[in-house]
Amino acid sequence: MAGITRDEVLHVARLARLELTDAEVEKFQGQLSAILEAVSKVAELDLSDVPPTAHTLEIQNAWDDHEPRPSLEHRDAFSNAPDREDDYFRTPPA
Amino acid sequence: MTLETLTLTAERANELLAAKEISSDELFAAYLSAIGERDPELHAYLYVCDESPGGGIPIAIKDVIGTRGIRTTAGSKMLESYVPVFDATVIERCKARGLRILGKTNTDEFAMGSSTENSAYGPTHNPWDPTRVPGGSGGGSAAAVSGGLAPWALGSDTGGSIKQPSALCGNVGLRPTYGTVSRYGVVAFASSLDQVGPVAKNVRDCAFLYSIIAGRDVNDSTTVDVPEVVVPPLDGRDLKGVRVGVPKELNDAEGIEPGVRDAVRDAIELAASLGAEVGECSLPRSVEYGLACYYLVAPAEASSNLARYDGVRYGLREQGEDFRDMVMRTRDAGFGDEPKRRIMLGTYALSSGYYDAYYGKAQRVRTVIKREHDAAFEQFDVLVSPTSPTVAFELGAKTENPLAMYLNDLLTIPSCMAGLPGLSIPCGLSEGLPVGLQLIGPQFAENTLFRVGHALETGIGFDIVPERLR
Repeated sequence: MAGITRDEVLHVARLARLELTDAEVEKFQGQLSAILEAVSKVAELDLSDVPPTAHTLEIQNAWDDHEPRPSLEHRDAFSNAPDREDDYFRTPPA
Repeated sequence: MTLETLTLTAERANELLAAKEISSDELFAAYLSAIGERDPELHAYLYVCDESPGGGIPIAIKDVIGTRGIRTTAGSKMLESYVPVFDATVIERCKARGLRILGKTNTDEFAMGSSTENSAYGPTHNPWDPTRVPGGSGGGSAAAVSGGLAPWALGSDTGGSIKQPSALCGNVGLRPTYGTVSRYGVVAFASSLDQVGPVAKNVRDCAFLYSIIAGRDVNDSTTVDVPEVVVPPLDGRDLKGVRVGVPKELNDAEGIEPGVRDAVRDAIELAASLGAEVGECSLPRSVEYGLACYYLVAPAEASSNLARYDGVRYGLREQGEDFRDMVMRTRDAGFGDEPKRRIMLGTYALSSGYYDAYYGKAQRVRTVIKREHDAAFEQFDVLVSPTSPTVAFELGAKTENPLAMYLNDLLTIPSCMAGLPGLSIPCGLSEGLPVGLQLIGPQFAENTLFRVGHALETGIGFDIVPERLR
């Protein structure tokens, strides 16, 4: 079970906003199929009575006092930006 | 005075500083000199600092940890020109103690890998044998410490990225309990698993560095208050009253090399001779299903975390006809194969129609793994096993087969999924290469790991200097 088709690879890549070359699609189809087959092992277990664990700490919420602190200066926030216009990140048109 | 950085511990360096036998600048220069001499061969560093503020001991930092004003790439082309505008909390804490950043160490891209061969900037080589890998993802930090290019280092560990390189390079690495060390300012991989931790030449240095970085941080709401760290006393050599469990599935797993098995068995016998009560136990489903569980949970979280690399606010941007085209071209050009594989695997596991069968199921398997460990710790104080099934392997041996590479983490992953602390210490050689002993404790039992690790380390007497460099 758990083979992944070429169309599924393209679909997942599109969801993940990855543009793949034809050679990549072929390579990843084989590799992902093998990995999916291995991880499908979890299907063997009947876990209907077992609750999920999202993380292993027994904390639900973490509260701290509200203390205003300085935030990033605009100059710093934009210092790694590929492109900007005034106080905005500039991108190609949607 | 002449400093031999291959043997110098942070503790000894601190004594020399306190006695004014050496200055902090001289200490820093000694490491820069060692880096100049040996790093062209090892490639432990992606970036070396010519100078660094502070009056204390130098330290190397894995390049997934954000350093203000110092390029932080996470081993990826995506972040080739990224210069953080703030320090990670762990960096702030190191600086507050006078530690001086020597440089940023090599890592598998976004910490995804077990050999450091997935770095976009070329692999790191093992100081014991440069034709072999140093482990990963934190192979740079481990190779720097064993190669005498840093007295100690920070790494990060999601499924074994501190413990496994420490095992393969013959030094001491701690993956702390989930929640004890802040991830603020650290490049995120899988947020329910990622932990920052120390890499050192011995257990006392490791404990001391852990004491510097651990503790609640208001900037990371997953951190908690941490018990006071006890650096094990020099004369702490007995293990009377310590109950040592040997999980049979972690010690008999398929693929464990005979030389690794022998060295670990010797260490377990040593524990018994030091007074520990040794007994067998079982983690039946943790080992059998751990790897599958990890390779669903971690890629799922990675696919979400790495969505931020869109060419807008920081990082690489490729030109495109419109916004969507720009994002897709940027991500194709910026990510290497391993992040792409994991992003796609994670996206698949989280996608409509597959969520319950994959991600949802894996979250329940995580509960099973945690419960099995909890049960083992009702009987034992510490569990032992090999850290890695094998010693360091040849560069290129597993790069074409992702699944074979994933199996390197078979023995480190279960306790990571359970959120537990793990310490790797060198316990001998097999085929002339270091073997790592993994010590696993209950949540927040780092002090127990330090005590047991120090006693065993003293009894084993492992020479941490790679044979070819002696």
